[in-house]
Formats: sequence, C-alpha cells, structure tokens
Amino acid sequence: MPMHSLRAIARHLSRAECEAIAKKVLGFSHADECRVTISSGVRANTRFAQNQISTAGDNYNNSVSIRAVFGKRVANVSTNRLDDASLRAAVENAERIAKLAPEDPELLPELGPQSYDEPIVWNDGTASLEPEARAEAVRAVTEPARRAGLISTGYLEAQAQAFAIANSAGLFAYQRSTGVAFTTTVRTQDGTGSGWAGAADNDFSRIDPRALAARAIEKAQRSVNPVAIEPGRYTVVLEPTAAANLIQLIAGAVNARSADEGRSFFSKAGGGNKIGEKVVDERVTLVSDPLDPRVPANTAGADGLPSERVNWIENGVVKNLAYDRFWAQRTGKAPNSAGGTLSMNGGDSSVEDMIKSTERGLLVTRFWYIRPVDPRTILFTGLTRDGTFLIENGRVTRPVKNLRYNESPIFMLNNVMAMGRPERVSASEAGGPGQAISVPPLKVRDFTFTSTSDAI
Amino acid sequence: MSSTRREFLQQSAAAAAAVGLLNAERAHAAGAPASAYSGDSDHRELALRAIDAAKAAGADYADCRISSARSQNIGTRERRVTNIGDNETFGFGVRVMVGGSWGFAASSELTVDEIARVARQAVAQARANRAAMVKPVELAPTEAVPNGVWRSPVRIDPFTVAIEDKVAYLLEANAAAMAAGARFVNSNMFFLKDEKTFASTLGTVTQQTIVRAQPGMTVTMISADTRDFQTRQSTDIQPKGLGYEHVLDANLKGHAARWVDEARQKLTAKPVEVGRYDLILHPSHLWLTIHESIAHPTELDRAYGFEANYAGTSFLAPPENFLGKFRYGPDFMNIVAERKAPGSLSACGWDDEGVAPRDFHIVKDGIFVDYQTTREQAMWLDWWYKQRNMPTRSYGCSYAQTWADVQFQRMPNVNLMPGTQDLVWDDLIAATEDGIAIVGDGAFSIDQQRYNAQFGGQLYYEVKKGKITGMLKDVNYQMRTPEFWNAMDMIGGPRSYELGGAFGDGKGQPSQSNAVSHGCPPTRHKQINVINTGRSA
Repeated sequence: MPMHSLRAIARHLSRAECEAIAKKVLGFSHADECRVTISSGVRANTRFAQNQISTAGDNYNNSVSIRAVFGKRVANVSTNRLDDASLRAAVENAERIAKLAPEDPELLPELGPQSYDEPIVWNDGTASLEPEARAEAVRAVTEPARRAGLISTGYLEAQAQAFAIANSAGLFAYQRSTGVAFTTTVRTQDGTGSGWAGAADNDFSRIDPRALAARAIEKAQRSVNPVAIEPGRYTVVLEPTAAANLIQLIAGAVNARSADEGRSFFSKAGGGNKIGEKVVDERVTLVSDPLDPRVPANTAGADGLPSERVNWIENGVVKNLAYDRFWAQRTGKAPNSAGGTLSMNGGDSSVEDMIKSTERGLLVTRFWYIRPVDPRTILFTGLTRDGTFLIENGRVTRPVKNLRYNESPIFMLNNVMAMGRPERVSASEAGGPGQAISVPPLKVRDFTFTSTSDAI
Repeated sequence: MSSTRREFLQQSAAAAAAVGLLNAERAHAAGAPASAYSGDSDHRELALRAIDAAKAAGADYADCRISSARSQNIGTRERRVTNIGDNETFGFGVRVMVGGSWGFAASSELTVDEIARVARQAVAQARANRAAMVKPVELAPTEAVPNGVWRSPVRIDPFTVAIEDKVAYLLEANAAAMAAGARFVNSNMFFLKDEKTFASTLGTVTQQTIVRAQPGMTVTMISADTRDFQTRQSTDIQPKGLGYEHVLDANLKGHAARWVDEARQKLTAKPVEVGRYDLILHPSHLWLTIHESIAHPTELDRAYGFEANYAGTSFLAPPENFLGKFRYGPDFMNIVAERKAPGSLSACGWDDEGVAPRDFHIVKDGIFVDYQTTREQAMWLDWWYKQRNMPTRSYGCSYAQTWADVQFQRMPNVNLMPGTQDLVWDDLIAATEDGIAIVGDGAFSIDQQRYNAQFGGQLYYEVKKGKITGMLKDVNYQMRTPEFWNAMDMIGGPRSYELGGAFGDGKGQPSQSNAVSHGCPPTRHKQINVINTGRSA
C-alpha cells in the first residue's frame, strides 16, 4: 500500500485497491450472495481553546463490511484489518452467523450492476489540508480574538473518504468524498458575552476563517450583558444556521414505513401516509439532490441503490417519503436513497430586510441541545445560543438572555413570513462536516419559547 | 430485589452459561475466529516501540494505546430479525507532548513501520501546534504501573453465547409482547468487548478488558382512531459493564406484557395541567438529570472554557468562586464519583493515561467541593488542593472512545448517595399530598452552562394524598439547576439505590461517546415547573 507524506492527499484506498479487496472477499465467499462494502480515509482535526491549539489529531482507518446470505438468512460482519487471513476470517464469521440466523421474510436479492451519476463531492485541497495549514486557519481566528481582548474556542475538521461497494451479482461502485467544517465560539473574558460563527463545505477554499472570526467577535461583543425577556410566542428572524438546526429534523422523520404503520407525523389519520397533503407553507420546497453543487454527496447509497434527487416537499405538499427496497416493493413505490444532503429553496429577502420589517421580535444565531419531545408532531426542545438579540421597531436593540423553545419545524414552516437566499451551513451540533445542508434565513411568526436560561 | 428472585436469576444465569459454553464450542468447531486480542507481549512490545519512536522523534512525553474492540448488535421487530452485525476494529493511537504542546496520530495498521510513521506524525503535529501556543501544558505526577491487568467482572462473555440463543431470547420476548397486544415491538441487544494495552514514557504498561452489555425493548401502541401513538421503552433495564448475565437478568420476556400494558395506558392517560408540582423521581429517570445537571457542569475542562464551542462551559466557573462555597443542594446531598462500582459502565483499573481512579466527593453535605480531572487539569487546581492539604493528582478521568480518538477528560460514574433514613419509592409517594411521579428517562435537553433543563420520562403518575390516582401524559418539567437541587426535600435510603446509565454520552470535537453509570435513590423535589408538550399537527 502506498505511503503518503503529510503534504500529500490524505491516505485512502484507491479504486484498484478496493477492486482487489472486493474480488478477494467475493472469492472467499461460499454464500448464495455476498456483498462487500469498503470505506477508508483520514479524519484530520485541530481544536483550539483559550486562543491556542488544545489538541489535534490525524487518523487513518478503513473498514470492510461483509454481508453473507444463504437463502433468506443474512448476517453482517465488519473488520478494519485487510490482510488475507483477517478478511477470510471475517467472511467465514459472516457465513457462520448467517446460517444461524432465522429466515428474513423481507430479504430481497442483491442489486445487479447499477449506473451512477459521477459524484462532485471530492476536493483535492480539502483532502490535503495538513496540520500547518489547519494551524494557520486557526490563527486567523485566535489572533484577532486576542487583539480584541476576547477568548476564542473552535474546531476545524477535514475528512477525505473513499467508499466502495461490490456484490456477487456484479454490482461495483467506487466514490470519493471530502468534507470540512470550521466553527468558532468567541467569549468575553468575564463570560458575559458569547458569539458563534461556522461554515461547512466539501471545498475548504470556500471557507473564509477571517470572515468567521469577524462574525463571532462581533456577536460576542454585541451580546454582552443580555436582558431577560418573558418567554412566549415571538416573531423570530432565524439566521440560516438556526433555520437549518430545525429544518434538518424533518429529514429524520420521512421514513415511509413508519408513516404507513401509523407512528409518524407523516401518518394519515385513518391509515396510510400524507403524500399529496399540504403540510407546510406553499412557498416551501425541500429536496435531497446529491448533484447540487452547493451540497453535493455521493451518488451510491449504502446498499448500492443510486442516490438521485428526491423531492420531499414541493410547494408545501408532501411529494415523497423515504422508501427502502422492501417497503417500496410492498407498497408499489420506487425505492429511493437520500444520500446525506438536504436543501430548501429560498426567497429574495435578507436578514437585514427581515429585521427592518419587524416591530418586535428576536434574532437567533443558532440552536443547541435539540432533542425530540413528541414524534407525533416532530416537536423538539432546545435553546438559543451564542447570539440572541431583541428586534424593536426594525432595529436590533439589545442582547437578550437565551430561551428554551418547544417547537416543531412543521409548525415553523407553516408560519413563514419571509425567506432569504439559501446558503450552506454547519448545522451539526458537534461541529463536524455532517450532512450537507443548505437553507435560507427565515422570518417566522409565533415561535414558541417556554422558559429563559441564564446560560451565556 | 428479593433474595429468592436473586437466587433464581443466578441459577438461570448459571444454566445459560452452561448452554453458552456448549454453543461456543460449537461455534469454534464451525470455524469462528478467535478473539483478535492476544492480550499479550506482542501488544506490550509494540506499544513500547511506539513510545520509543516518539521519544526518538523528540517527544518529551508519549503514550500509546493499542485497542482491539469487538461489538455485536442484534435487532428485531415482531417476529423478524432486522439486523445481525458483528464488528471489530483494531488500531493504535500515539499521543505526544513536545515543549508543552500536544500532538496525536492514529492508524489501523499495527506494523513496525507504521508505528514509527505515526509516532513521527504525532510529534510533527505537536510542533505545528506549538506555533500558536500561549501556555505550555504541565502534567500532575502519577505512579508508574509496570504490569497492570484489569477485567470487567463478567460471568458470561457475550461473545461466547451463540447467535441463535440471542435471537431466540429476543424473539421470545417479542412474542410475549405481541401476545399481550403490542401493535409493534422492537428489541435488541448490544455488546462491546474492548481489549486495550496502554504504555507511557513514565514506565506504565496496563492491559485491560472492558465489557459492556445493553438489552432493550420498545413497545408501540396506536389508538383506535389512529390519531395517537405512544411508546414504552424498557428504561428500567439499564446498560451495564457486565456480560451476557445482564441480558439474562434483564428478562425482557418477563417484563414485556407490563410494558405493553403501560404503553396502552398512555393512550388514554389524562393530559397534564401545566403548573408547579412536587416531583417524585425514580432512579430510572433521575440518573439522567444527575448526568446533565451535576456530572457535566463539574467537568473541569468545561469550567475553563475548553468545550465552549460544542458541549459548552459551566455555571460553576470560575472555580475559585464556587469551590467550597457553592450550595448545590440540602445538607443530605452527597455526590461521589468513582470508577469501581461492579457492573458500572465507567469501571476500570486505570484511565486512558495510566492513572488509577480514586473515589472523590464532588458535593459534600450539600456544598460543591471538587471537579473531575485528568493529569493536565489537576494542575489547574493546585491552589485548591494545597489549601485542603491534598496532593495535586488526577482523579483518573481520562478516556478515549476508540484507538482512533485522542483521550481527554470524561466523566466517571457520578452518583447521588442515598440518605440515612430507610425510605423507598412508595414512602416518597405516601408522603406526597399533590404531585407527579416520573419513571424512566425520556426527553432531555440542557443549556451549554447547565442551568436550564427540560426532562420527560416514560411514565407519569398523578399523586394525590399519598396515593397514585392515575396516569398522565405529555409531561415535561423545566428546571434551573441550583433551584432544582435545593428544592430536593426527600431522598431514598440505601435499599432504594439503583444504577442507571448511558452508552452514548457525547463531548469533545470530534465528538466522542463515553459510557457512564449514575447511581441514585428516588428523590422528591418541591414545586417544579411542569409543562404540557402535546400539540396537534
């Protein structure tokens, strides 16, 4: 296996290496059907706190997952050891367990060869982001923060991954992807103000550390000594990150089978699901499109099914739900693969316009500790964080204490007053690259806050 | 648990162990691979090579963790197995310090050449990180452990129990739920066995085998008009640092009908009236409230701002304003941290930087007295330990989720100690005029400084005049940490103490999962704010 220096493209298995491993595994197999899934690559990160790097790490890993099928019996075994003896042992283990498994009445035969759109999610620059370059990006935040007398904390993570899938029915796919996220929280020395900024992309050159620093610093300075306001229903202007924090929750609730079984928001009273029903404002369209250049993703799904554009909600109406191959066959639908990307359309407003048109409301930077409360309505709770401001008579007038909400993205998208231009954001709480997501800033009425928090 | 029941379970476990052994032999005959771990001189030798390579490349300090982890999960729904997965991951991580700066690199290829490359990479990274260094890292002293060996107290190694026995266990449990009228039932079991070797330039070499097990079930009921659905998760069964005996003791089959009945009752339960109530919290619920509102804010790295960008800071900051001064709760409130309780998820012989954990009070007689620390962090509280005539030493709270992740401060088991009076759950209910009793953990969310939290549960009971008078639904309570704990006015005794816990406690960037237990008795809290979370779509 080739060795790479720190300055080269991050290590990952090549197409030829994956083909060789797949061929080997399929050759070891005595099962009726066999599938092998290979992933490999580097996760590289640099963390900083108190205006200096605290930890950093580079790790290379790979994983070979083997699925063995005898008749209707199936099992999965994975290993990260690629020598022949380990691969052979993993195949034998998968076959041994599969034979002991009960028959799965829902098992479908492996997919034959598929054709995939060429993915557009790999970027050489991101894949060769070395520790020095990461440290330099970090300094673009820590230096201005220090000069401003503030304390910066943050995280930069870059991933470069290769994914391959092959099976005994002749299917093969090999795809590579990169992802990067850079987030920072800047706080005042006395802990009375906190501001956040972040970005995610597959191309690091589209992330501007200086601009992130400027935004987080400004928010930290403006958020000092917040006042408490009464919880209740407010008009809110949600910056794109805050909007994405909630909109992405819908993607977690679109499973068609749960809907058909009557245990989902997308279940229809009396049976069936809400496909064809209007559930949110008619200006809202929500799609997953792996070839959208703003939010690209791999085009081969985990079981080999091609990922293609799926329209979940079109002009407010549910157009599709997530169908695996079995449930699609059972219900006479086409199976789909969403492929880790989500985007919502926007409008021609801007955050500035939204503020100007608001008599009394709140400007929200982001939400935090977002957890499910009631799956019947996709109701979640969480809090505002790192930049929450009062809007009065068309102006941002003062910082306010953070608030806890109990709200559903469905109710929120029924109360849309204005939408801005969509942009890609870092919407994962943990700050990793996560799912690619692009949404607009939103102005929404009657957003439900249930208590205040003293946390800054 | 009564002694009769305990004896019965021990007998069943012994019987099952015998069956498991037979099946294990059968499995090996069929060609199952032996465990990847040699536990042995190979790993010891390789770990020592790694730290030698790091030293040669210029490291002032280095440690190496080699880990071979095997996990297995089996998932079912109704009469069907939805997933059988068996996974192993193997690799090593090298952490180094150069001139007061950390570097870390890891790889899955355990060869002599790769060990040398990774050690050099970690050193190069520490040098790159020094460019932005303001204050060098110092480490508190610790004793060298040249030959440490520790194992989880496992009676039945889960990986010796045959798959068909595990599948049969789950499908029988599902059948019991279906027979009781469950509309849907999912059940699963998860096992982990992590065999890790640690070596450091201090001369420490430890080899540990950590085993964890989690069986679980979720029952779903749907109302006749299909407008409502409710679930009951088996939160009375908690994950443990035990073997397959925990699955047998859990007896999902035996509990299934009750869980179905409780999910059914939830459909017709009375929606809660918002307001302030006295809350009686069962240990199966309270452990998570302790986790969020006590264990997290007493992590020292949070108090110093190191987690500000994700997990958050702490309301207990700066430490000098809180240590020895802050009243967390009433005099009878004692919070003790440890990593030794048998069957607890955090139990180990040494932490991930070779420190033997010590028991310590976080809250003593209601007053906040200490934070959780690693070797790096203990130095930050040097002034406090000097003031108390204590040596400045780590409490042994260093942990990394896998070989591929750098170790950092993670919480040990953080427990609320029982009261001196012999009170149990029923006594707390009998003493309550107007309240809500909550069983099981449910929704949870807390702010980044751990002040404002909201919690739900699995079951909510209306309590009137000392008696449970019916079931409620759509209950969540909202709290502010200091007020909530100072509103605690009753606590269960030693007999009512139970262990709860979680596999998936997230912290750090990249986010790492920690497994941790929290022991506690039931408690009562006066006049807590309750909201109704039910809304119609």
